Amino acid sequence: MNMIRTALVAGVVAVTASMTFSSANAAGDAPHAPEHHWSFSGLFGTYDRAALRRGFEVYNGVCAGCHSLRLVAYRNLMDIGFTEAEVKAIAADVDVPAEPNEEGEIEDRPGIPADKFKSPFANENAARASNGGALPPDLSLIIKARLNGSNYVNGLLTGYTDAPAGEEVPEGMYYNANFSGHLIAMAPPLSDEGVDYADKTKATVKQQAEDVVTFLTWAAQPELEERKRMGIKVILFLLLMTGLLYVLKRRIWADVH
Amino acid sequence: MAQFQKPGWLDNGLVRWVDHRLPIFTFVSHELYEYPTPRNLNYWWNFGSLAGIILVIMIVTGITLAMHYTPHTAMAFDSVERIMRDVNYGWLLRYIHMNGASMFFIVVYIHMFRGLYFGSYKAPREILWILGVVILLLMMATAFMGYVLPWGQMSFWGATVITNLFSAIPLVGDWIVTLLWGGFAVDNPTLNRFYSLHYLMPFVLVGVIVLHIWALHVHGSNNPIGIDTKGEQDVIPFHPYYTVKDMFGLGVFLVFFSLFIFFAPDYLGHPDNYIEANALATPAHIVPEWYFLPFYAILRAVPANFVGEWATAWMGLVFIEAKLAGVLAMFGSIAVLFVLPWLDRSPVRSSRFRPLYKWFFWIFLIDCLVLGYVGAKPAEGVYIAIGRVATIWYFAHFLVIIPLLAKFEKTKDLPKSISEPVLGGGGGSASAAASKPMEKV
Repeated sequence: MNMIRTALVAGVVAVTASMTFSSANAAGDAPHAPEHHWSFSGLFGTYDRAALRRGFEVYNGVCAGCHSLRLVAYRNLMDIGFTEAEVKAIAADVDVPAEPNEEGEIEDRPGIPADKFKSPFANENAARASNGGALPPDLSLIIKARLNGSNYVNGLLTGYTDAPAGEEVPEGMYYNANFSGHLIAMAPPLSDEGVDYADKTKATVKQQAEDVVTFLTWAAQPELEERKRMGIKVILFLLLMTGLLYVLKRRIWADVH
Repeated sequence: MAQFQKPGWLDNGLVRWVDHRLPIFTFVSHELYEYPTPRNLNYWWNFGSLAGIILVIMIVTGITLAMHYTPHTAMAFDSVERIMRDVNYGWLLRYIHMNGASMFFIVVYIHMFRGLYFGSYKAPREILWILGVVILLLMMATAFMGYVLPWGQMSFWGATVITNLFSAIPLVGDWIVTLLWGGFAVDNPTLNRFYSLHYLMPFVLVGVIVLHIWALHVHGSNNPIGIDTKGEQDVIPFHPYYTVKDMFGLGVFLVFFSLFIFFAPDYLGHPDNYIEANALATPAHIVPEWYFLPFYAILRAVPANFVGEWATAWMGLVFIEAKLAGVLAMFGSIAVLFVLPWLDRSPVRSSRFRPLYKWFFWIFLIDCLVLGYVGAKPAEGVYIAIGRVATIWYFAHFLVIIPLLAKFEKTKDLPKSISEPVLGGGGGSASAAASKPMEKV
């Protein structure tokens, strides 16, 4: 039948074209990030709330020493199950510059939920000066800013190994199996029992990596759950509407065929 | 049997009062209810109206995004993230707009390949086709400038690479580049003028599309058989037949579109554009959006060291720089579309009756996909060779194969009319074989 043939042709073209698309983004030479099953992947995926909470603890206790999270506000933590009191306490833990006072001097005040996460360094130069010239990137969008971002960051955090025999690792660099070129300026950030989880989960490197990646994925895509929920509804509606339109089309065309 | 009837509402008193002064209702009736459309259009004919609908979606989401966007190099990136995070349904608006650009190109490319397959560019539809190519060019300019606005790394470096191409133009090149930049590098003035033009161009597009549809409605749609309609038995009114068919097609398309918006919103984009623009850090590979990849491949196919630093071009016997040769090839790949109606002198429109052209059409389609694939790869190794062969084939298809086919191809006999193969039992080809060859084509 004509329609089947048309659909077949369209399918072949679509598959070929999608191979072209994916090749567009796979131009890099980075090692392939190991696959991992995430709570938020798939059509119905949602963020594991406990992992988000632990992930925040990892970010706050480890990553935040060098990496900013400048697009996320403390108040956003309320979207993932932190209570208002908890968020107020977390925000108040940092001091941020206040508005100029009556004398025109700028003093520090405790943070409030409306503040964005405080950056560890005042500016890029300060960040580079403290990190041997390397700039620790902001983590707000890191998951979206890397191909296959969640797997990539997870692979990076768990990819530290000893360099293979014969490979020279220069001073201030570290060997990472999952980093492009294998030499990275970031020291291995995670260590077993490096954080004390409030929920008493055993803090292996693997566990911490998984938790902080979940947290950072949320930081990059806070809309993910709402988006997928809405998507299911929209597509179900469209399928129903399209089905009805097809019936209508058949009826209207009945006298032509 | 389909009836051509004026709609009942034309007899309404108020409608008649208005229509007597401004015949807008007569116009609608004439262009929809009485507009004769070939009865045999297949689903490939859905993509024109689909493209129009996407343009409307783009304008509506674009205007809304513009209410929240800040065109300043220091704030553009953050303002987009504010839309994503803090504006109500801002993520939805942006993902619709971002993926809508890709959808627009998918639909328009299918629409164009439809035209190529069924010979829709042939007399008397040459101007209709040319306006379509103008629409493509405007879309490309609009999409390119829109991609700069989020001010990510690919925005910045894409803008730098593409605007620099104009410097290859002899004499006025540098002046044009300075004008595009509003300075001596891609910077705040560039972002501002691109924003202004990105807002303006869709409305220019609307104007050209009106002309495109006007030209369409003079002779009506081409059809899969590619022969002219020969009377009432060959045509049906556009409304309700094709309005409902278009609506059904729109539904199918929206499902496809929604899969991207809701479940893979960044699949068609580049991760580097989530890194803020930085003039001091060049990305490892600067890659344009997927819909420009075939043209990007053609641009890079011209050897950078084509007879040393300079290359002799036979046309006009002038010296042209290799960079200029690449730019000319890239623009030439679209320019050749403008003259296609005069390159293809075969009197038969539809590939169904052109046994050789049909094959070359599919090879050409594959060639374009290969160009797209090469465009995404770094310009090194085997990709350079593949890119060159595919580029040569692209131009040979239009400049050599199509003119030769028009001369030497033995086309199949055309059916007498559209209604004959449609109404006759069996498939179109069976009735086509049964019908007598046309005396004149």
